[in-house]
Amino acid sequence: MDDFLVFENVSKSFGKVRAAADVSLTIRRGEFFSLLGPSGCGKTTLLRILAGFESPDSGRVLLNGRDITQLAPNERKVNTIFQSYALFPHLTVAQNIAFGPQIAGWPRAQIREEVDKMLHLVQLTDQAHKRPDLLSGGQKQRVAIARALINKPQVLLLDEPLAALDLKLRQRMLIELDLIHDEVGITFVYVTHDQGEAMSLSDRIAVMDKGRIEQIGTPAQIYEAPRTSFVAAFIGDTNFFEGQVVELLGGDYSRLTVEGFPSVECFNDNKLNVGDLVYLSIRPEKFRISRERPEPAPHVNAVQGRVADVIYLGSLTKYWVRVQDYRIAVWRPASRFLLDENPITWNDEVWISWHGDDSFMLERYSESDEKLMEAPPEQVGDPNGHGAAKP
Amino acid sequence: MKRSVIPLLTTLFVLVFFYLPIVVLVVNSFNASRFGGTWEGSTLEWYRMLFRETSVWRALRNTLIIAVGATFASVVLGTTAAFALHRYHTRLQRLHYTLIYTPLVVPEILMGMSLLLFFVAAGFELGLFTIFLAHTTFCISYVAMVVLARLQDFDFSIIEAAQDLGAGWWTTAWRVLLPLLAPGLAAGGLLAFTLSIDDFVITFFVSGPGSTTLPVRIYSMIKHSKNMPMINALSAILLVVTFAAVWGSQRLTKESHA
Repeated sequence: MDDFLVFENVSKSFGKVRAAADVSLTIRRGEFFSLLGPSGCGKTTLLRILAGFESPDSGRVLLNGRDITQLAPNERKVNTIFQSYALFPHLTVAQNIAFGPQIAGWPRAQIREEVDKMLHLVQLTDQAHKRPDLLSGGQKQRVAIARALINKPQVLLLDEPLAALDLKLRQRMLIELDLIHDEVGITFVYVTHDQGEAMSLSDRIAVMDKGRIEQIGTPAQIYEAPRTSFVAAFIGDTNFFEGQVVELLGGDYSRLTVEGFPSVECFNDNKLNVGDLVYLSIRPEKFRISRERPEPAPHVNAVQGRVADVIYLGSLTKYWVRVQDYRIAVWRPASRFLLDENPITWNDEVWISWHGDDSFMLERYSESDEKLMEAPPEQVGDPNGHGAAKP
Repeated sequence: MKRSVIPLLTTLFVLVFFYLPIVVLVVNSFNASRFGGTWEGSTLEWYRMLFRETSVWRALRNTLIIAVGATFASVVLGTTAAFALHRYHTRLQRLHYTLIYTPLVVPEILMGMSLLLFFVAAGFELGLFTIFLAHTTFCISYVAMVVLARLQDFDFSIIEAAQDLGAGWWTTAWRVLLPLLAPGLAAGGLLAFTLSIDDFVITFFVSGPGSTTLPVRIYSMIKHSKNMPMINALSAILLVVTFAAVWGSQRLTKESHA
């Protein structure tokens, strides 16, 4: 692992707000790296520190082994794509793209050649002589990309670049960004609050909250093995249950008690011990739902409940199953058969089951740690606004 | 539906009210009658007389020198004030804003008096320079307000984008900030220029011997001259020049939009 771009104990406060609290982070060369978190988590501040628009209160930023903390924005081989695109309204598309090279004093012929290449890359050759205000949102976006990339930056910073686009265009730009990243091979640092964007584009993601990095990992690691309850709740949807470890079983499994459930087996990768208080987290799509009790199998847990709500979404059906005092979100992909003769519906008695490998435990520090239960308001997309917590 | 005649009447009334005096003035500038009450045949005599009247031309020269100087100084100072007001938000800025805003509402006569007292106390010799200072003082406020309004909807991430693309402070100012603010600066400058050119009250207080400006000159001609219609001729010329300037600046702004 090379240390291409390094944040070393970077801290930054605005008044009383800590935007970055002792952040250390290493980004690899050529990587598509995302900073993901809710608004106000400090991700944009980190990006602005990297671009040179803010200077940290303490800590260093190293690019390619060189300390760039104190360099002005125009002295860094780093370019930014701004959320508002920030195109120069008085210049044409081609002039916008040529801005950087002109300042750098490239020869005229080379500028023309490179601008043409960039226009081709972002498919705007026929728009070259238009002013930005005549372009659509997606086209402006592509001009901004070309204007940044032509300088051959060592790192390209993207600050919520898709936030201003409508959904369909966002999907297309997502794919284009991915293609451009593959083509130019530059390190991308991407700031977003949209987990979908981060998951689909990134090689690695840093999930941030309140100026801290909660977890760094590949999209799969972050989704399947969140290290903190914040990450588990922020990325994707999940059901949380309060429990306690009562027995360590062989093969990295543990037995735990969850109030109102029979004993539950769960994979234990966090090296929790007997007596530890935990949150048991199970994502809605990991459940099986059936009328009949599933055949007992090793590490498979099952509980019985009653369907409280059903939302049919075509590709997916969302069930909310009442088990004791819990409302558990269960998502079931559409079955192959168009006509399910006897589909599970409201008020049916059902069994839901899951494999111990598909659930995970997060340490809970005290019985009264209610933070999580109130944290994400739309936790499981529940129509009544409740998570799996007791109603 | 029958259309009401009231809007039409109102429009006519306003137009008459606004423009009839001007029409009378222009017509009278060609009237051979010295007193303008009756039409005694057309003449260009007043214009001829005007072109021979050197004191008018000297006054016009003074006016232009002051207007150009005050415009330049107030655009520079007013723009920096607007920037300071827009970029920094401290409690002192409220005071700053009030200070900038006050000259717009203070009665001119008060400004004229206080400036005169100040210049005398400070031992300035009254003349072109004191008029220039006085004009700059109130023009700054107008320029600052116009430019500030422009800055309100200015996207400052564009400045960051320029720096991000390698531009230093001067390059950013020259290649991005200035072109984008040019319409605002021009509007503020034009306002300052017109305000300076036709200011009478303040100028009257702070002018000295040999520094008469056109408005002051016109005033004294009305009071003392036997050749009143000459002033009509001068006013008619000013009118034409003003219309030409307005028409020109509108054309310019239209072109910059295309």
